[in-house]
Amino acid sequence: MLSLVQNPRVLRLPNLHKIPLKCLHASPTPSPAAASISSAQPTSQILTIRKSLLAGETTAVETAKSYLGRLRRTEPDLKSFLYVSSDEAVLKQAEEIDRKIGNGEQLGPLAGVLVAVKDNICTADMPSTAGSKILEYYRPPYDATCVKKLRENGAIIVGKTNMDEFGMGSTTEGSAYQVTANPWDLTRVPGGSSGGSAAAVSARQCVVSLGSDTGGSVRQPASFCGVVGLKPTYGRVSRYGLVAYASSLDVIGCLGSSVADTGIFLQAISGHDKFDSTSSKQVIPDFTSQFTSVDDMESKPLRGLRVGVIRETLEDGVDSTVVSSLQYAASHLEDLGCTISEVSFPSFSLGLPAYYILASSESSSNLARYDGVRFGNQISVDGLSSLYGNSRAQGFGAEVKLRILMGTYALSAGYYDAYYKRAQQVRTLVQEGFKAALDENDILISPAAPSVAYKIDEKKNDPLAMYAGDIMTVNVNLAGLPALVLPCGFAEGGSSGLPIGVQMIGAAFDEEKLLRIGHVFEQTLKDLSFVPPLIANNF
Amino acid sequence: MGSAQTQTATQEKQQSAQLKASPQTQLKKVDELLKDYEAVIGIETHVQLNTLTKAFCSCPYNYGAQPNTSICPVCMGLPGALPVLNSKVIECAVKVGLALNCKLSLNSKFDRKQYFYPDLPKGYQISQFDVPIATSGYIDVDLPVEFGGGHRKFGVTRVHMEEDAGKLLHTGTGSYSQVDLNRAGVPLLEIVSEPDMRTGIEAAEYAAELQRLVRYLGVSNGNMQEGSLRCDVNISIRPIGQQEFGTKVEIKNLNSFSSVGRAIDYEISRQVLLHSQGQADQIVQETRLWEEGAQKTTTMRKKEGLSDYRYFPEPDLPGISITEEYVDDIRNSLPELPEMKRRRYEKMGLSMQDVLFLTNDISVAEFFDATIADGADIKLAANWIMGDIAAYLKNEKLSISEIKLTPQELGELISSIKGETISGKIGKEILFELMAKGGTVKGLIEEKDLVQITDPSEIEKMVDKVLVDNPDQLAKYLSGKTRLQGYFAGQVMKESKGKANPKLLNQILQQKLDAKK
Repeated sequence: MLSLVQNPRVLRLPNLHKIPLKCLHASPTPSPAAASISSAQPTSQILTIRKSLLAGETTAVETAKSYLGRLRRTEPDLKSFLYVSSDEAVLKQAEEIDRKIGNGEQLGPLAGVLVAVKDNICTADMPSTAGSKILEYYRPPYDATCVKKLRENGAIIVGKTNMDEFGMGSTTEGSAYQVTANPWDLTRVPGGSSGGSAAAVSARQCVVSLGSDTGGSVRQPASFCGVVGLKPTYGRVSRYGLVAYASSLDVIGCLGSSVADTGIFLQAISGHDKFDSTSSKQVIPDFTSQFTSVDDMESKPLRGLRVGVIRETLEDGVDSTVVSSLQYAASHLEDLGCTISEVSFPSFSLGLPAYYILASSESSSNLARYDGVRFGNQISVDGLSSLYGNSRAQGFGAEVKLRILMGTYALSAGYYDAYYKRAQQVRTLVQEGFKAALDENDILISPAAPSVAYKIDEKKNDPLAMYAGDIMTVNVNLAGLPALVLPCGFAEGGSSGLPIGVQMIGAAFDEEKLLRIGHVFEQTLKDLSFVPPLIANNF
Repeated sequence: MGSAQTQTATQEKQQSAQLKASPQTQLKKVDELLKDYEAVIGIETHVQLNTLTKAFCSCPYNYGAQPNTSICPVCMGLPGALPVLNSKVIECAVKVGLALNCKLSLNSKFDRKQYFYPDLPKGYQISQFDVPIATSGYIDVDLPVEFGGGHRKFGVTRVHMEEDAGKLLHTGTGSYSQVDLNRAGVPLLEIVSEPDMRTGIEAAEYAAELQRLVRYLGVSNGNMQEGSLRCDVNISIRPIGQQEFGTKVEIKNLNSFSSVGRAIDYEISRQVLLHSQGQADQIVQETRLWEEGAQKTTTMRKKEGLSDYRYFPEPDLPGISITEEYVDDIRNSLPELPEMKRRRYEKMGLSMQDVLFLTNDISVAEFFDATIADGADIKLAANWIMGDIAAYLKNEKLSISEIKLTPQELGELISSIKGETISGKIGKEILFELMAKGGTVKGLIEEKDLVQITDPSEIEKMVDKVLVDNPDQLAKYLSGKTRLQGYFAGQVMKESKGKANPKLLNQILQQKLDAKK
């Protein structure tokens, strides 16, 4: 599989720049459709909207209509939303913003920005099913803290996005309701579990979207859909109102079409929350100050930064195009002034099984509340245990049942030490491994996924193959670190190629550095556009 | 903390003694057998803390409120809701831990205890498993005098924090049940004793002492009827001399201290009878229910092996870290606890009966302390409180803090009698007025003109008047019916409206009568 590098253990990355770029970059020439608008670097939609609103070039209503129109047009193909707000409700909020502009009132940083919210994040005015039948029609009585903050910042919530049930999956095929398509190739999955959120941003059905990331659920779909995905440090964003999958790993993340958008978006939802005692009181830096124009950048804007390439992420089982894209990303960073070195991470491969034990264990407990007594269809039976059994049998999908069973087993008396406790020990090793690597480096890079988006149904009946796809991302959750995924290349596939993302991992609470590096990287990446063919002519 | 419901331990124990007497006489045989066995008893107590809000959310809890009126996304276990610890819970736990002479864990954590039941909204209870907040303590207990008295020390294995579950309300038809989540998330302390108790009265007294302790500390109302204090008893028997424990049985549904004692006595007899008849194998590990009506225990559910609660650390809550300074601050703010009070009263010369009575209820003890603080006679103060005041409280169903009488006025009353300003009889009369309506002793004496007449010339006048008004009786007296002296004394007292100093009155009357002879 590794066409370029037969044995990554002897890979000498510092020499990468000696290899001709063309040879490293295995992507086909971008298709004419994508190429036609490829001259422009990704721009912040949030800042563009704000500028044109304040300049009177457009109105919030016109902006909303333009996104809603595209949403309605593309949604039958994509199915990225489980619920879309009525035009009336969206436009009413847009009118309110226009009224404020007219009155010269202060505007929130996200005024007029259409945001999609993953369906496992509670919204009081919309259903919140977490992609599960057991929560069909469920409407929470409250807004999640991050949703509340978005509204306070002027954002307009346009709808709820599709996802693997309770976040358990990597394809969004695990939704109890529908299968979402990848905007780059409708026969492929958008990734998961935040597949709806990634597809919606990719197809510009919304400006930015909220996802959640327990083992890579923001980053892998970002990679598959060619968008930017930011998984913040554990504790940076309140989890209050996020339907729990694995509490010690879950974080709410941001998806956008540029690094700047995810940074501005993160700014709005970060901070300690008295309703989440695992949320951090760390100061929130101004993430937005560093999104300078490429024209203002010096020739080596990232001079002096040390970047470590995680050796184990380029080994067997990783597609050659992914490896070469990563190498291309490394050489691009080197061109920008970074020092590139190779980092070995012996505990890397242990993370995946540890992750599946811990996540399953916590989920078996977190999902106990869906017992048919208060949620979902209460199956009418004589005894209590059959009430539980039948309600859960009918309410949960196969993948959820599988993980509940695995988690229940791992926590059972006599097995706890061998599974849960061992996995916690591995978690400590992974944390130590990252700490050592990040003491030596400013950031670490790796692919976001071992492959590009695969075909719908391809891995549906092979959960182990699907789990293996999470190898690049789960360790970051075990360590609670922030990571940014952004597009760095293409592989063959679809009509115009399939996007590949690079993952940048930073030290805890150092999202600022990730966003700065990501922004420079993105703004200087030549001849690549990440607008999918589906909408390329209309955006 | 209405003390009307405060069953004093002593009152309850007397009841239990009577109730115990009858089956014992019937079961002479069992009584004989009992001598060859000893019971091993441990108690698990759940104490509901009286914090203003629940353990992990800001809902208040009021016993008896309309179902599901004090609930929120957190205590309902709605998707996405997260617990946030009420720091008062830790404070209460540390207080109880210190009062029980425990070793405190400066670093502990919460765990999830998982089981399914409709009153448990999350499918798990937030509790503490392997690192409880307090361990290895003990409690001092003085057994009631009527049960032979004696001092005991019972070990406390652990104290941990957890949340209460809701309640199931069963409908009349039995076709469905309703869930009330008002109680869900209310903070509890679970206190587990060592298996140190040997008799029903020891166990009942252990529970009563825990109630006193939490009330003295002000962390719970300790009310058993409302379920603020719940005791589950573990009990086994073994032939005297045997080292290993017998099979243990758990007893639930114990709603008073006397039922704790009686249930244990019943269970000991049941087990001893089975054991002595060679049917020890019929004593199985199970949960039995105490039936108050039938005065017996019955099988509730047999335990098939250990239930697996699949405990694991609660990921939604950070670890609990407390400092030595924090613990010291709490230690220094602890009130005088029942055991300390008992030893102090004992040193003051009060009998153990008095000591136990006065210390049973913190508000009574505080009233007593305040009364003697101003120098009132200790024994007299104790007698008034245990006698007329206690009787009044019982009749009126009031607690001592609800009556109008203040400790200062009780002290005044005692010194007014001692200083002979008023008679004891009048003292009693105004006591009731003070309890019901309030006011001051001085004010009442003045208002009602109750000052004792101690002027001999005034009493002389009244004696003379009585002797003149009753010539017939006087003649009979002079002819030898000396018992009529009492009649004259009564008439003089009546004439003085009860105010004449009795000693002086009798003295003067005697002189006058002698002079007539």
